[in-house]
Amino acid sequence: MDENSIGYVKPTIVTIKNPLKLLSGRVLSQYNLIYETYGSLNKDRSNAVLICHALSGNHHVAGYYEGEEKPGWWNNMIGPSKPIDTNKLFVVCLNNLGGCHGSTGPISVNPETNKIYGSDFPIITVSDWVTSQKELMNYLDIPFWKFVIGGSLGGMQALQWSFQYPELINNCIAIAAAPKLTAQNIAFNEIARQAIMKDPSWHDGNYLDKGVSPNQGLALARMLGHITYLSDESMREKFGRDLKTPKLNFNYDVEFQIESYLKYQGEKFVTGFDANTYMLMTKSLDYFDPVKDMSQSLINNLQKSKSKFLIISFTSDWRFPPKRSKEIVKLLLDNKRNVSYSEISADGGHDAFLMGNHDYFDIMRSFILESNNGI
Amino acid sequence: MAFRKDLLLISSWIKPNTKVLDLGCGNGELLKILKQDKNISGYGIDNDIKNIKLSLKNNVNVLQMDLDKGLNGFELESFDYVVLAQSLQVIKNPKELLNQMLRIGKEVIISFPNMGHWSSRIQLLTCGVMPVTGNLPYAWHDTPNIHLCTIKDFLKFCKDNNFEILEHSITDNNQKTNSLTKMMPNLFGQIATFRIK
Repeated sequence: MDENSIGYVKPTIVTIKNPLKLLSGRVLSQYNLIYETYGSLNKDRSNAVLICHALSGNHHVAGYYEGEEKPGWWNNMIGPSKPIDTNKLFVVCLNNLGGCHGSTGPISVNPETNKIYGSDFPIITVSDWVTSQKELMNYLDIPFWKFVIGGSLGGMQALQWSFQYPELINNCIAIAAAPKLTAQNIAFNEIARQAIMKDPSWHDGNYLDKGVSPNQGLALARMLGHITYLSDESMREKFGRDLKTPKLNFNYDVEFQIESYLKYQGEKFVTGFDANTYMLMTKSLDYFDPVKDMSQSLINNLQKSKSKFLIISFTSDWRFPPKRSKEIVKLLLDNKRNVSYSEISADGGHDAFLMGNHDYFDIMRSFILESNNGI
Repeated sequence: MAFRKDLLLISSWIKPNTKVLDLGCGNGELLKILKQDKNISGYGIDNDIKNIKLSLKNNVNVLQMDLDKGLNGFELESFDYVVLAQSLQVIKNPKELLNQMLRIGKEVIISFPNMGHWSSRIQLLTCGVMPVTGNLPYAWHDTPNIHLCTIKDFLKFCKDNNFEILEHSITDNNQKTNSLTKMMPNLFGQIATFRIK
């Protein structure tokens, strides 16, 4: 366990009984949300932070589960004296609706039919997530978020919060995000979905009824995704053209280290992730386009917002490169919002938002510390 | 940290309750003081990550951007003032940047070290070497200052480009004027500050 860890943590599940009308028109009459909290809510309930997770993330953001060696996915960022300092802040993170780690999703049983949802689980949008996160906020009796923070798809949720509930958020931090996906982004997502749907075990998404899973397709989708999370530089540095075997074998088995790495990533991923959730998350990404969706009321909302924004990008990120973050900055500038922007030099590609980086952490720490002084 | 004296002059030229864009904002101290004293809103721009951190610590909106890549992200006349304090000499294309500043700001405030100061002249004249002074402390080969000018050069530049000078101040490094800086500003002035539109 690392020195500044918050130690052992446990998740909690809440059942929300307030029906959720989704953007698609469908209604979830009730649903579970699994979440973790770190630190403690202060007396005037003014130090709450919401962490939004990305495509494959979940509610286990920091700390350790008893008996497990690996901490939560953003353990380097969150903890005592870390940039998101749990000595001062009360951190909340949940598994998004449609996920497969404990919140209601495609692997859950539909209470209305008593059958596994499977492909019948509705497509959830970023805006639906924010609405469901607001339900958790009400349940925890949190009057406003001091910070809403997320990377990648999580950053999009943080932005959505500032459009959807501008009065409930004081600071928004969107890292390695984009205001909407490009054709190239959507193309990668579609290939991932096709890989899953072409798997013989797909069964139109109702594979669990048959006792199987489209693991080949899901692994392929993850391998493809993984390439877009890394940069050319980091792949060269990590793997180069190194061979796994002593010499070239003139066959199609795994020979290069990068092949072995991707295969491992794919195989590891399928043991803990559901294909329908992957389908849903990628669709949610594709649909995200708040500026286009923005009615005048959303623009008015944004202009009403007192929130400060911090937008961060990474130089080697080609999935959501700095120019995409600058589009967000421009939107905020045009609406005269308080915004700061930093472009971090990093080789890690899109995944840099999960890695330790001195400048990145300093920027986070400086912004959070200064914005937090107003408590 | 002591407040940079040249920024005091600039802040005195800025009217309260206005919008300011500060190019090359350093640690953000100008905006910090303007926010506190004059209810100014605005943004700083800098390209050095160290300055981004310092500006954030000063609770100033700051954007990490390269001024040499232009100011296209900003709309026409979206600021009352666009400030460029002591950074004109590092800009790759000063004329282009000035035009952009005048597009997005109603007025521009600009300050620069005067290369026409006698100490620079004398180094070149008597020693035959490129001047190295307190304001311009770099050797010729490793200086970020690629577009140095004298006050006379700048006046001509404004005239040639139809920039209207609204106000100016020529001082020594302590922001003081004396009979010499008044009489022969291009020879005795160390810092020149102009407000133009």
